[in-house]
Amino acid sequence: MALTTGDVGRLGELARIRLTPDELAHLAPQLDVILQSVATVTEVATADVPPTSHALPLTNVFRDDVVTPSLPVAAVLAAAPATEDNRFRVPRILGEEA
Amino acid sequence: MSALLRAGATELAGLIASGEVSAREVTAAHLDQIAAVDDRVKAFLHVDGERALASADAVDAKRAAGEKLGPLAGVPLAMKDIFTMQGAPTTCGSRILEGWMPPYNSTITDKLLAADVIVLGKTNMDEFAMGSSTENSGYFATHNPWDNALIPGGSGGGSAAALAAFEAPLAIGTDTGGSIRQPASVTGTVGVKPTYGGTSRYGVVAMASSLDTPGPCARNVRDAALLHSVIGGWDPRDSTSINAPLPDLLGAVERADVAGMRIGVVTEFGGEGYQPGVEQRFSEALAVLEQLGAQIVEVSCPNFEYALAAYYLIMPSEVSSNLARFDAMRYGLRVGDDGVNSVEEVMNLTRGAGFGAEAKRRIIIGTYALSSGYYDAYYGSAQKVRTLIKRDFDAAFDKVDVLVSPTTPTTAFPIGERVDDPLAMYKADLCTIPSNLAGNCALSLPVGLSPDNGLPVGFQVMAPVLADDRLYRIGAALEAELNRNWGASLLDQFADSPAGAYLNVGSIR
Repeated sequence: MALTTGDVGRLGELARIRLTPDELAHLAPQLDVILQSVATVTEVATADVPPTSHALPLTNVFRDDVVTPSLPVAAVLAAAPATEDNRFRVPRILGEEA
Repeated sequence: MSALLRAGATELAGLIASGEVSAREVTAAHLDQIAAVDDRVKAFLHVDGERALASADAVDAKRAAGEKLGPLAGVPLAMKDIFTMQGAPTTCGSRILEGWMPPYNSTITDKLLAADVIVLGKTNMDEFAMGSSTENSGYFATHNPWDNALIPGGSGGGSAAALAAFEAPLAIGTDTGGSIRQPASVTGTVGVKPTYGGTSRYGVVAMASSLDTPGPCARNVRDAALLHSVIGGWDPRDSTSINAPLPDLLGAVERADVAGMRIGVVTEFGGEGYQPGVEQRFSEALAVLEQLGAQIVEVSCPNFEYALAAYYLIMPSEVSSNLARFDAMRYGLRVGDDGVNSVEEVMNLTRGAGFGAEAKRRIIIGTYALSSGYYDAYYGSAQKVRTLIKRDFDAAFDKVDVLVSPTTPTTAFPIGERVDDPLAMYKADLCTIPSNLAGNCALSLPVGLSPDNGLPVGFQVMAPVLADDRLYRIGAALEAELNRNWGASLLDQFADSPAGAYLNVGSIR
């Protein structure tokens, strides 16, 4: 299976990364080689092998429901690309027709 | 001042605690070294001399007042730019975080400051810790101190280079697939990936959360153990942190005895793709261990050959999810916010402009591997391979106390050689990745210079989960015997050689 520049562009949009035509031309063959190489995992991943998502066994733990201080609003907003009225200002989230 | 630069962390801590030198003298000497050589090495992204000197003065004042000093009081450290620290920018080597001042400290930063460590600055790294050469930094490449035309390894190339250039006696890094051990290997330094969960990830910018492991970097095994004991341990703010005491790491260094230990050589790690000089120094180190009374046996781990493939599916999948947080809304870069573009378009433009090529490659592979229709074949299969690799380790550790291999198949390669061949770059982590997938601990220490090219060769020791003390016990024994045979450590030899003369810390100036 060969990954086309169209496929990579679509994946880029899914991942919210705008890729230039040059990047697409460069990336598509590289990703294709990588995907072919990693596909070897299917050779040994038989149905009887359970998957591991985490290296060590973990059990859920709960902490006491106590109030701890949060970061000051000013300290958090100081890193924001844009603020307004003590809040994060973001670009419009609805379409023109909404 | 070169004696202060050549001294290790343990030695400096002793000199400062006894008052023979001040923390200010030690810090100033290291800042001067950075000013003198970092235009060639380029280990640091950010140095804050004023802050470092103020911290040093605080240590000196504490000592003068008779207050109790931390275990690393006044010892300078180079911090990989992936750990958050208030008052210092954290970029993770990415343009998308250029100038970001985090509002909180990582747990490890807090532990270092509580131990009275002097943080000199933040070190260069591959963007979001993705790479084996530091060439994927969004800012500049770091150069190997042994030969400035070569890579210093990655992703923690800046931290390893700072040690080898005598800019700092200690550094910290993170190891997701080998980012502490491989740079240590190619710079002649010591690097440890602790047991997963043995060091806190809180405040460490996430790459692949099920694999990321912060750990110590140093010029000798004892200093690494000391730093490990300071930064390690349970953290209630990290949900995968292990709630168990650390093993006695410094006691293991004191013991430094391998008599009767069973050491397993991984038979799959050698042969094609491995430099003869790397294999030669590895075999010689085995002979030294045998001479010291260890029993050397061969152990086959047949599924390790699939580890690289499984890693390059699991890691990008986690990366594609973790790096979704860089969405241009609350912090970091924002591009195209012109009052017309939608929030999605601003995200597209920002991430297209802010991420470098390797970050994009990995996010897209992860997006593909997790997409419906491919999930079972790719991500699902990779998770099964992870089980098989754990089983290989379990079976091996039934027979032997530790496993060993070369840390990486080759010595440092030229800058630029692998940038356009991602698969060749990925192979630098062939021997380190299995321990990340299984969560066990591993160490790299230098075992000589390759006769092929005179560059450092690293030796990897892998121990079971929570048996980090075995790494230090074997590492300290092997290091002591090699140094006895050589008459001086590799880095001391380098400092006194013509190749190291530009560092101005040796007998040749």
